[in-house]
Amino acid sequence: MTKKDKNIFKASWSYDEAPESTDHVQIKKQYDLYIDGKFTKPIKGKYFASYSPSDNKEIAKVAEATQEDVDKAVKAANRAFKSWSELPGKERGKYIFRIARLIQERAREFSVIESLDGGKPIRESRDIDIPLAANHFFYYAGWADKLEYAFPNRKPKPVGVAGQIIPWNFPLLMAAWKLAPALATGNTVVLKPAETTPLTALKLAEIIHESGIPKGVVNIITGAGETGAAIVNHPNVDKIAFTGSTGVGKYIQKATAGTNKKLTLELGGKGANIIFEDAAIDQAVEGIVNAIFFNQGHVCCAGSRLFVQESVADVVIEKLKRRMETLIVGNPLDKNTDIGAINSKKQLQTIESYIKIGLNEGGEIYQPDCKLPKNGNWCAPTLFINVSQSHRIVQEEIFGPVLAIQTFRTIDEVVEKANNTPFGLSAGVWTEKGSKIFHMTQKLNAGVVWANTFNKFDATSPFGGYKESGFGREGGLHGLKPYVKFE
Amino acid sequence: MITNLKNLPTYDTVGVNERVARFCTRSIKKSSKTEGLKLALSMIDLTTLEGKDTKGKVQQLCYKAMHPHDTLKNIPTVAAICVYPTYVGVAKKSLKGSGIQVASVATAFPSGQANIEAKISDTKFAVDQGADEIDMVISRGKFLAGEYQFVFDEIATIKEACGKAHLKVILETGELDTLDNVRKASEIAMYAGADFIKTSTGKIQPAATLPVTYVMFDAIKDYYLKTGRMIGMKPAGGISTSKIALQYLVMLNEMLGEKWMNKNYFRFGASSLANDILMQLAKAETGNYQSPNYFSKD
Amino acid sequence: MTRLSINKTYKLYIGGKFPRTESGRYYAINNKKGDLIANMCLASRKDFRNAVVIARKAQSSWAGVSALNKGQILYRIAEMLEGRKEQFIAELILQGETKSNAQKEVEASIDRLVYYAGWSDKYQQLFSSVNPVSSPHFNFSNVEPAGVTAIIAPEEQSLLGLVSQIAPAIVGGNTVIALASENKPLTSISFAEVLNSSDVPGGVVNILTGNKNELIEHMASHMDVNSIIYCGKNKDEMKLISDLASLNVKRTVFYKKTDWSTDNSQSPYFIEKLQEVKTTWHPVKV
Repeated sequence: MTKKDKNIFKASWSYDEAPESTDHVQIKKQYDLYIDGKFTKPIKGKYFASYSPSDNKEIAKVAEATQEDVDKAVKAANRAFKSWSELPGKERGKYIFRIARLIQERAREFSVIESLDGGKPIRESRDIDIPLAANHFFYYAGWADKLEYAFPNRKPKPVGVAGQIIPWNFPLLMAAWKLAPALATGNTVVLKPAETTPLTALKLAEIIHESGIPKGVVNIITGAGETGAAIVNHPNVDKIAFTGSTGVGKYIQKATAGTNKKLTLELGGKGANIIFEDAAIDQAVEGIVNAIFFNQGHVCCAGSRLFVQESVADVVIEKLKRRMETLIVGNPLDKNTDIGAINSKKQLQTIESYIKIGLNEGGEIYQPDCKLPKNGNWCAPTLFINVSQSHRIVQEEIFGPVLAIQTFRTIDEVVEKANNTPFGLSAGVWTEKGSKIFHMTQKLNAGVVWANTFNKFDATSPFGGYKESGFGREGGLHGLKPYVKFE
Repeated sequence: MITNLKNLPTYDTVGVNERVARFCTRSIKKSSKTEGLKLALSMIDLTTLEGKDTKGKVQQLCYKAMHPHDTLKNIPTVAAICVYPTYVGVAKKSLKGSGIQVASVATAFPSGQANIEAKISDTKFAVDQGADEIDMVISRGKFLAGEYQFVFDEIATIKEACGKAHLKVILETGELDTLDNVRKASEIAMYAGADFIKTSTGKIQPAATLPVTYVMFDAIKDYYLKTGRMIGMKPAGGISTSKIALQYLVMLNEMLGEKWMNKNYFRFGASSLANDILMQLAKAETGNYQSPNYFSKD
Repeated sequence: MTRLSINKTYKLYIGGKFPRTESGRYYAINNKKGDLIANMCLASRKDFRNAVVIARKAQSSWAGVSALNKGQILYRIAEMLEGRKEQFIAELILQGETKSNAQKEVEASIDRLVYYAGWSDKYQQLFSSVNPVSSPHFNFSNVEPAGVTAIIAPEEQSLLGLVSQIAPAIVGGNTVIALASENKPLTSISFAEVLNSSDVPGGVVNILTGNKNELIEHMASHMDVNSIIYCGKNKDEMKLISDLASLNVKRTVFYKKTDWSTDNSQSPYFIEKLQEVKTTWHPVKV
């Protein structure tokens, strides 16, 4: 793209700050653990801070749950299990409907806190994360009294106490994905949010409390890796559900070997996003943006490997670069921000080191001229062009707004390359030809295939991976399975 | 002769709608809002196209065009008045010295169902009366029947009849059925000599929409990259509030940018939009929500 | 001096509004002592005809409402009904129920609405399928609503019986014209008020009160009604309906059940009875 072209379509009208109002939002200075129906101090009395990644300022302190606290929570969950699982399904469902409604009523407050604590743009937390979370509770509430229809010829029973460990990229949504099906099927829960994003889970604890759900059914405890390990290793936890990195997932799988614990894992990915020459190119380019820059690329199912058919590669890349010129990197609470803050200093370092690796590997880098704010953790949207399957930045999950672009020539070639990875979470296919879509969806080894769209989620739609992206599904009828056992 | 209609890009409607929805989440506040509102006002083609139009009606509209709201300072006038050919003379006289253009519809507006001679004569009459701009309609029936060469030739002929006047070509997107057709019609119009491509006559539903405008911007962008010639764009009909107008400007800003963000390359075909913008500007100045009673209706 | 209360006028519910019957006729509902409780509209075949036009107009956009929204709307109906629990109990008592049965009936009606709200985005996963055909085609079957449904509601259990028919019909995307229990019609019109305050678009549910004998043949013979549900045991009525339904191959559904409070009075099959199966093929090889 010549400099002349770049100037011709330059946006001239710049938008003033449009900050979301925050004065209605209530955040305590310090949060305790939510165990057995009340907020209770951590036994060892330790707290740690949660920071806002857009300025690295402390927002609040949260408790650090040690082994003893975990034990307390698991005991509470165990005590609550009998009466909870024996409650008629329709009554259980009513509690979950209440949770959904309460989230809807407090949606804006949740959105602001999510963006503040995690760094994602308010537009995304407001329009995507929080509505999806409420809808997830709404969906599973309806299953609570209908389980006899979900498994032909089987009588499903709850598994018991579920230990659930969730990541920092969609904090509230991941909590919803874990809690809703577990509760609907009659289990009790001990949930640990990620240590950099504990706040919306703690606000959710307030809602759990307001819903009147019996004490001990839901326990929310905060902490880092050690707390998570204590949950995984606790002998009275019957099932572990984990969403996070493949590395930790493997550790958990090993740790639960030889126990009777049921396990589901939703791990990392390096999704192939495939654009054929007969795609609706303009929408495919927007699809690329949605695939890798949505949520700053902190998405396990991100389309982080772009495969573009060689005959249209130049056009696609040029359009993509032009589109990237209008992406605004900025304060997550500004309604015009497209790309927010990177979740933590640690993650930013990881991303930056991969960018260095990419440069060392000879990748051709492109970043638009965007003004990055001063304080806080920021990364400009980044492309690496003319790389191939042998580059590390193409093989390894970066978990940031960095896209690796390769060309391909034939269908068989791109199928082989798309599948040539230990991961298998998602894939995207862009073509206007129906038969090509169905052919690709049959051939791609991924748990979710998006045709002519990307990063679409729905409570009714099962989500999960093949291979090292994990096993088990969340969402839809299939999402009930991990939380039941059959006589 | 157009040969390149086969390799036109195709659009996925769900994808376009999502992209458009994303533009609509831009939050325009403070000085960028006032800036945008004034710009939008300066881009309006104030329109009256009724069977019951009279000389008096057009004269009153022209006054409003020159004096949108005298109590507000630093308010631009609108870009143009748009009327039927029989009122071009009246409008020219009323607007003399104001810098406001006179646009005239022509070619058997709004249906376009007439023979070419009638359309040429309609156009020439308006031009003779002094019209600065001609807004013609394409033959949608011929387009849908696949007679693209006919559509092309008709536009080229009218362009010739325009002489020095600028030609806006109305595609009537509400009758074209698909976004792919909107792209095709845009392409034909631009290659046949249009100075502006325009969405609608405003006489049927749907009139202008953000998705069709998106496609037309895309067509204009590609045409510029191929030929170096800038084509203007005009959405018309259904744009009645400042909020909607600002959404169009956001899209214009982020798709075509600086060079198109002025009345030479972008117009709003609207009538009640002007007062809504004035109310918003008054609110920005005073801090109070306004009542329509305080803004003249002409 | 005790305060005089304002008596309610019971009208029909059509198109989200409460018009009187175009025929101007009425019938009286009296209590056990023979005193007047209320005058009900005696709906005419023209009222039914008008309601069908309106239900048809509303059907395609109602079917297009997302499953999530339909579920939320049904849940809202439950919220509204819960809020008016006492009013409905009182009305059922007026109609002759005991206090305890009235309470059970209202609570069961609310719970039934929540039950069907929960099916809104799940029955599709039960009744649809991807079919492994032998040729290289992607083949899937999904369900779609039959369209406009006429309902002859149960005579007894006037609230629960009515809710048990309306909920599965509309959660499946159909629009309905229901003829309420003839002898216990009060709660049906009060239920219309609940629907009206629940984000249910006008025309999706239409409720008539009137004489079954007079209206059955018009309901069963109407050429623009896709399905008809009859609740009752009268063999002659059932035969008449089946006969007339053949005119436009209407789908007919008969429920002889009289007690709608049992466990098997709700299931996804009540939804399924008003669904059509559509199967689509598309080649898979490139």
